[in-house]
Amino acid sequence: MAEAGGTATAYRALLRAQARSQTAYRTSFVVDLLGNVGATVFDVVTVLVLYGVTHELGGFTLSETLVMVGLSSCAFATADLLVGNIERLPRYVRTGLLDAVLLRPLGALPQLLLMDLPLRKLSRALFGLAVLVVALTTAGIDWTPGRVALAVVAPLAGVVFFGSLFVATATVSFYWVESGELANSITYGGRDFTSYPVTVFEGWFRAVFAYALGFAFVSYQPALALLGRADPLGLPSWAGWASPGVALVAAAAAAVAWRVGVRHYRSTGS
Amino acid sequence: MSLVIDAQGLRKEFTVRVKVGRLRREKRTVTAVDGVDLRVERGETLGYIGPNGAGKSTTLKMLTGVLTPSGGEVRVCGLRPVAQRTRLALGIGVVFGQRSQLWWDLPLRDSFDLLRHVYRVPAGDHAARLRRCRGLLDLDEFLDTPVRQLSLGQRMRGELTAALLHGPRVLFLDEPTIGLDVVSKQAVRDFLGELSRAGDTTLVLTTHDLADIERLCRRLVVIDHGRVVHDGSIAALHSRYGSRRLVVAELDAALATPPTLPGAPLERVEADGRRLVYACESAGAAEVVAGLAGLATLRDISIVEPDIEEVVTRLYRSPQGRQVPVTG
Repeated sequence: MAEAGGTATAYRALLRAQARSQTAYRTSFVVDLLGNVGATVFDVVTVLVLYGVTHELGGFTLSETLVMVGLSSCAFATADLLVGNIERLPRYVRTGLLDAVLLRPLGALPQLLLMDLPLRKLSRALFGLAVLVVALTTAGIDWTPGRVALAVVAPLAGVVFFGSLFVATATVSFYWVESGELANSITYGGRDFTSYPVTVFEGWFRAVFAYALGFAFVSYQPALALLGRADPLGLPSWAGWASPGVALVAAAAAAVAWRVGVRHYRSTGS
Repeated sequence: MSLVIDAQGLRKEFTVRVKVGRLRREKRTVTAVDGVDLRVERGETLGYIGPNGAGKSTTLKMLTGVLTPSGGEVRVCGLRPVAQRTRLALGIGVVFGQRSQLWWDLPLRDSFDLLRHVYRVPAGDHAARLRRCRGLLDLDEFLDTPVRQLSLGQRMRGELTAALLHGPRVLFLDEPTIGLDVVSKQAVRDFLGELSRAGDTTLVLTTHDLADIERLCRRLVVIDHGRVVHDGSIAALHSRYGSRRLVVAELDAALATPPTLPGAPLERVEADGRRLVYACESAGAAEVVAGLAGLATLRDISIVEPDIEEVVTRLYRSPQGRQVPVTG
């Protein structure tokens, strides 16, 4: 147990160091902090604009869709804050940071995440949370203890899900260095996908993204359960509660991908 | 007998894609390390050398758990480097000349403090080791400077300290003196010499600089094309491959016949007989100089070290170079 405590202390020390490095240039940090809200605001505005021309989207009203938007942006922005920078893995390989962390008595992935934690994205995560809170309070949800629990668990599961996605797609660059575009299309594409009711999409595209990759369980299914609506696509009502399970499966898959990737790691010359 | 490093038949293969024709690409296997056997005892100081691309760094990365070997058996401090990476990390220190273990934006002092947490070192031990390094490496004047502002020599002294603060049993150094100025080079060498003499730490260093090896290592392992081509002392390497130190003597006036010295054949006569070049075979450089001084008036003397790169290149070309190494 002393060992575990020591490890936690070590990770905390790495986090403190990162905070000190990033806030060294105070003005630029504050500017970054503000600038980073932009992208998430844009997501919400897009949905609002869509509802300016239509009253329903895939059978859902604006306030219902906003619950999905809130779940999606809260989960994505938080995962992006905590894990998103792992997409810079090719840079870590090139600069030797990966070698450096592999030489230390700590996990390589947590070290990389903490040593390059983009604290300026904190503002975005907080904005995502605010959107979720506003959406949940204005959607007219009939609150039960179970729904309160789901409102807490579902965004956390979403964070784990998106985090796993970031890690899994980044590991592709262990094999194929120019994989950044592919990784982005899955992670950012996933964020956009989860901002709308699944009913908007059709055919194989819906089958793959919503169910095979599991994006339906980030926002759509939990939102249905929170709103007390039956799924027009026929999944039972407990599907909304499946999101933690889906997230854990994704996390396990990402962990395996990471381990295999590190074993295949080739390092760079001297 | 306690083996700190025990590697047998260590191999590393990479697949590379090579363009053939306009669109077609072919997979090719490149063997970077091709069956290296290496046994290092506790307290030894080993020079691991070879030309660029010989597989030095790849070997070190396999010994430290960074790279997974494609074949062979390896134990470092009794542990399997990749499978037991984090445990091994507590027992080894690594300095890669081109890589940094330090935090770029923080003062050097903070990096040391962070490493204390990372390696879970008791505060007392940490302070004692840091005090020792500060004294030997003159760290005090730049301890509060952010690492990015340090000169290469200062940074390297910082890296050495960082690698030793957890009291590793083995210290791996990949090109620790590359790019350093003369003074820093000397500081690093002196420090490593001190460490080597203390005898608790096993040192493995790769270098291109023969002077590093001569100062520090009694044992030399030469690899080329991923294979060990020599494992023994430096003297054994030179005597085996006929590379010798040269003594170049500048005379005031040419002699009628250049003197014959026992154990040091005359290599060349230059500058109309005013410059004589002797090769040290069984005789040492001092004996050659003393012998010459008795026979002629010397204006200047210089000693030319054999070039290790050249020796290694010759070693690889020669047929016996590819055979199993002899220990000398």
